[in-house]
Amino acid sequence: MTHIAEAIERHTIAVLVDNEAGVLARVIGLFSGRGYNIESLTVAEVDNREQLSRITIVTTGTKMIVEQIKNQLRRLVPVHKVSDLTIEGAHVSRELALVKVASTGEKRVEALRIADIFRANVIDATNESFVFEVVGATDKVDAFIRLMEPLGLADVSRTGVVAIARGPAAL
Amino acid sequence: MAHQDTLNGAEILLKALVDQGVEVIFGYPGGAVLPIYDEMFKQNRLRHILVRHEQAAVHAAEGYARSTGKVGCVLVTSGPGATNTVTGLTDALMDSIPLVCITGQVPTSLIGNDAFQEADITGITRPCTKHNYLVKDVNNLAKTIHEAFHVARSGRPGPVLVDLPKDVVQSKGEYQPPSRVKSKYKPQVKGDLKAIEKAVDMIAKAKRPIVYVGGGVINSGPAACQLLTQFVRMTGFPCTQTLMGLGAFPGSDPLSLGMLGMHGTFEANLAMHGCDLMINVGARFDDRVTGRVNAFAPYSKKIHIDIDPSSINKNVLVDLSVVGDAAHILEDLIKVWKARQVRMDDKALKAWWSEIEGWRSRNCLHFETSNKIIKPQYALQRLYELTKHKNPYITTEVGQHQMWAAQHFKFEQPNHWMTSGGLGTMGYGLPAAMGVQTAHPDALVIDISGESSFQMNLQEMATLCQHRLPVKVFILNNQYMGMVRQWQELIHGGRYSESHMHTHPDFVKLADAFGAVGLRAESPGEVDDLIKEMIAVDRPVIADLRTDASENCFPMIMPGMAHNEMVLGPEDRSLDKPGSEEDGMVLV
Repeated sequence: MTHIAEAIERHTIAVLVDNEAGVLARVIGLFSGRGYNIESLTVAEVDNREQLSRITIVTTGTKMIVEQIKNQLRRLVPVHKVSDLTIEGAHVSRELALVKVASTGEKRVEALRIADIFRANVIDATNESFVFEVVGATDKVDAFIRLMEPLGLADVSRTGVVAIARGPAAL
Repeated sequence: MAHQDTLNGAEILLKALVDQGVEVIFGYPGGAVLPIYDEMFKQNRLRHILVRHEQAAVHAAEGYARSTGKVGCVLVTSGPGATNTVTGLTDALMDSIPLVCITGQVPTSLIGNDAFQEADITGITRPCTKHNYLVKDVNNLAKTIHEAFHVARSGRPGPVLVDLPKDVVQSKGEYQPPSRVKSKYKPQVKGDLKAIEKAVDMIAKAKRPIVYVGGGVINSGPAACQLLTQFVRMTGFPCTQTLMGLGAFPGSDPLSLGMLGMHGTFEANLAMHGCDLMINVGARFDDRVTGRVNAFAPYSKKIHIDIDPSSINKNVLVDLSVVGDAAHILEDLIKVWKARQVRMDDKALKAWWSEIEGWRSRNCLHFETSNKIIKPQYALQRLYELTKHKNPYITTEVGQHQMWAAQHFKFEQPNHWMTSGGLGTMGYGLPAAMGVQTAHPDALVIDISGESSFQMNLQEMATLCQHRLPVKVFILNNQYMGMVRQWQELIHGGRYSESHMHTHPDFVKLADAFGAVGLRAESPGEVDDLIKEMIAVDRPVIADLRTDASENCFPMIMPGMAHNEMVLGPEDRSLDKPGSEEDGMVLV
């Protein structure tokens, strides 16, 4: 009997692609066209000489769907390598957020104190506001933003997740 | 000043096409491609077939590609010319047909300005091509064309679109021959030997095996079909083919169970349901084949051979997958099989075959004959009997006539059956036949058609007449969109909502108006004469056969049902049961 594993899993997938026009649209179109989820997607050129970009995608789905996602990505002509960091050994992942807090008085002091605990940097300050730069795993960034909510949280900009395998091996 | 070796973009394009082995282009001129057409005027290496609608150009290129195994080539202008190709490109993507479609584009300086006849065709066709390119520099043009052909024909074939802004084809640049272009796109062709060894282990243990063959074997080429036939005959296994796989294994061979799936044969579907080992070669577990997924071949182990890793475990989980080209894998499979001198369980195999013969004896394609009204199945049986000595190329449109053709024609060779399987494009067959006839000028090419589908691209009759392509259009005219009518009768309480066309042209007069030959048959006694005359005429023919409007296509697996829940005919009681949409995939 054909059995479909139903449990939903979260996977972080690294994709090495040619840095050419339309490549990001191809990847995103694949996800929307086939109804896959994207929780986070980041992209930037990582090799100027070879003109390669690296895309990090955090996605969710059943085992069968995640397998499909990887195979569909591999099928795209400008895609060189697809690596499922979640299953291929240990990896580290980070996210950066810029968090604007607008407040005065005690709230402002408290925001600074928490920022200190989270090792967030102040990268802009006025008499009524701070912009914090916080780096860490997604839940750390989430926690920081949550704590800022009652302290005058005004604006958030996040990079999304970047990830890399631990140890000497490269993608 | 231009260097001596430099050519203009249009010259580079045509040179690249010639170097890629292109002989025929199906196309339609317009503003953005005028420089290319001007260059075409000055040469005679490339033949151009002037279609009447760009969609037909793509289907014609598909017909050309399917019947030759080469890459089909299309040239159209920007904007509407380009957007008209979308249905054809999607059709080619679904059925894995290698095409290169060249579209004109407004000059690079105008891109994004909503210029006259501008369409973002690389954006529009991203999901319906295997890959596409926008060439912005004439010095990349030759390389891009060579790569486009490489991508179109390598791995799982598919359509590739190359968008050429007008200024790029007008400016001067350097030509690069194919030998100087190295593509990074290299799909895996050799199968993993360990997996093949394991496949042989599984095959050796099988008691109720079946080989399930898809279009991938035909795409791989005649060698793959030969090897498949060798493998099936060597093992004595039953072999069923998908709609796309017809012709990969000789249809008249007793080991062939015919087509499987929604309108497949009783024996093929029950053998799929009852098998203990399924060997899928180049098929993709399409929903029209599997029926309800959670009741699909419930007692079987499954081996899946496919060149596209994303086809593995997409719809159905398999026990063993071998990724690679069918010909390579079958060759290795046969080699390992022979080296190991595998002994099958002959007794089990014999018992399995006697069960299959029992199903076969139900004669599921049987139909009520009539001497008053033309039964569509009768017309197709006569067409098959009276043309098979000519080894005809058959194309179809989409609907009942397509399924009847698939059931009643037997294909002994690959590349002789062209039908829109994945997308189900009405209007495919006539232009596809045009492409086939272009590639095989002396062959008998028949478009088995319905009166509704025919009218979706009938303007191409003019193309046939202009280019002296003697395609025979064999219309089973039942005055209805037959398959829509059938579903409305069986599933929607007989409410024939908009499926009856009250007005049709007089097809005989229509043929005359185009300069083709029109023939008509209204009773069974006229069918043979019509077919003989149709074959004898050396011009395009529209044959209008007035068939029984109430005939339904059986066997049928109703939507949401399983292989063992087939409806065999109008008298079958299981018709009263409604289809299930609860478990597994909801089928449309």
